[in-house]
Amino acid sequence: MKIAVCIKRVPDTETRIRIGADGKSIDQSGVKFVLNPYDEIAIEEALQLKEKSGDGEVVAIALGTEESQETIRTALAMGADRGILLQTDVAPVNPVTVAKALAAELDGAGYDLILFGKVSVDDGSQAVGTVVSELLGLPSVSAIGGLETADGKGTAEREIEGGVEVVEFSLPAVLTAEKGLNEPRYPALRGIMMAKKKPLEVKPVEVSDEGITVVELALPAERPEGRIVGEGPDAVPALIEALRTEAKVL
Amino acid sequence: MANVLAVLEQRGGALKQVSHEVVTAARTVADASGGGVDALVLGPSGIDVSGVGAYGADRVIVVEGDDLRLYQPEAYAAATVAQTQSGDYAAVLMSATAMGKDLAPRVAGRLDCPLAADVTELEWSDGIVVSRPWYSGKAIAKLEIAAAPCVVSVRPNVVNPIERAHDGAAEKAPPADVEVRARTVEIKEPEKARLDVTEAPVVVGGGRGLKEAENFALLEELADALGTAAVGASRAVVDAGWRSHAEQVGQTGKTVSPQLYIAVGISGAIQHLAGMRTSKVIVAINKDGDAPIFKVADYGIVGDLFEVVPRLTQEIKNLRGG
Repeated sequence: MKIAVCIKRVPDTETRIRIGADGKSIDQSGVKFVLNPYDEIAIEEALQLKEKSGDGEVVAIALGTEESQETIRTALAMGADRGILLQTDVAPVNPVTVAKALAAELDGAGYDLILFGKVSVDDGSQAVGTVVSELLGLPSVSAIGGLETADGKGTAEREIEGGVEVVEFSLPAVLTAEKGLNEPRYPALRGIMMAKKKPLEVKPVEVSDEGITVVELALPAERPEGRIVGEGPDAVPALIEALRTEAKVL
Repeated sequence: MANVLAVLEQRGGALKQVSHEVVTAARTVADASGGGVDALVLGPSGIDVSGVGAYGADRVIVVEGDDLRLYQPEAYAAATVAQTQSGDYAAVLMSATAMGKDLAPRVAGRLDCPLAADVTELEWSDGIVVSRPWYSGKAIAKLEIAAAPCVVSVRPNVVNPIERAHDGAAEKAPPADVEVRARTVEIKEPEKARLDVTEAPVVVGGGRGLKEAENFALLEELADALGTAAVGASRAVVDAGWRSHAEQVGQTGKTVSPQLYIAVGISGAIQHLAGMRTSKVIVAINKDGDAPIFKVADYGIVGDLFEVVPRLTQEIKNLRGG
């Protein structure tokens, strides 16, 4: 099975965000960047599928700056066979732009499955994988928490509000991974050493992000200062009173 | 002038509440630009769409088919694209639900147009202008969308549906023929259905302070007493396997904006705050008075949750009973 996993370099979720001098992006100084946590799940799923099928290849693909090489190395350390960096300094705001750049690389490359994390924790559009499937004319299931494949077909489960949708699809297909699909492995020391020797191809790409422009990036409005209504269970009546008469939510 | 297409959502043949939010948002944009609102309903026959006009739709287009009872990605995308191309729409709006998060990128991909997902504000100012959270709400990006059409999904619970004296006439359109390669075959629903954290007007969130998985029963009881409430969880307790990831609130879980969020035994890590700080009212119950959760809470009780929560449950039962 030949599997592509599209990954992204994102700020760690414990990062405190500061706005950059341009007022349109974040201040990257001191920010720790990591492999998007949902992409780890996609890589793990690809590795398990390859291991189960006994042969095949897992290719990690990222669109981003030179620094994304580190992110690809993390995927290689987990066990991916090779990496491709589509290198650009443009960070598109329109997810369709990202999808087009990835689709151009994926098209005709013979992948049986193309996996994504369901969302990247930076701009959080939860869109790129599904747009790629449309651009390539492939079936796709997004935000899957369960997957079974056999004989060129698959069944995926995706969580919806108050239930789980069961979706049957044909391969090749695009899938995006939700938490719960698997438990991603940590790269072992041996994997990290081997990753340094695995092939990582860098391809410069021209990316033109059109249609959406950032007017402003701002920190969210501070919430108005709250108050401690009291200590211990005896404070409960005062809380109820406040929720009823001030906040009017009870 | 901007005409807007509002794509509504049904479950089991009944329109969901988010549908009214989407029509209301569409009306706001259309009014500011002098345009009209068409609502698109996809589903089985017999859906009652008589209320849609009252939220601001000029026209309701119903595409019916037995095959459209469940969300079918390819058929829904084809019908939405066909409708978009048949009119002069500046924007296609839908709710950023599980369905909308799958459908919006399909439509944008097929139309090759810009997509702004999960927006929390939407207005017309010589074009569509939206605000959407980045870094799960640690920052808010204001974006201008130049192209028409564009696709915008609106976060559930951020638009207050407004009923007005308006009457949209319904018309029916046939579903398009599509090649089906991915098919939704069923929805499995849990035996004891509780509201999803993203949809519930009240969320009771629990953290490590609960000490063990079994103690979430306290929060279940509180949620039951509150009625339309969901139980949420911090990343720590989901990682510990106490609760399902479907309940996780935070940057690697769900972002919620309920009317009331009650944080119980949650210290308030940055990534958790990112997921719930847009709640209308936040209550924190924690034994550590210095916990960061109190910085975002409107009301706090410092105390032992094992004493405070049962009392709160009892008082709410009394309130509801009386």
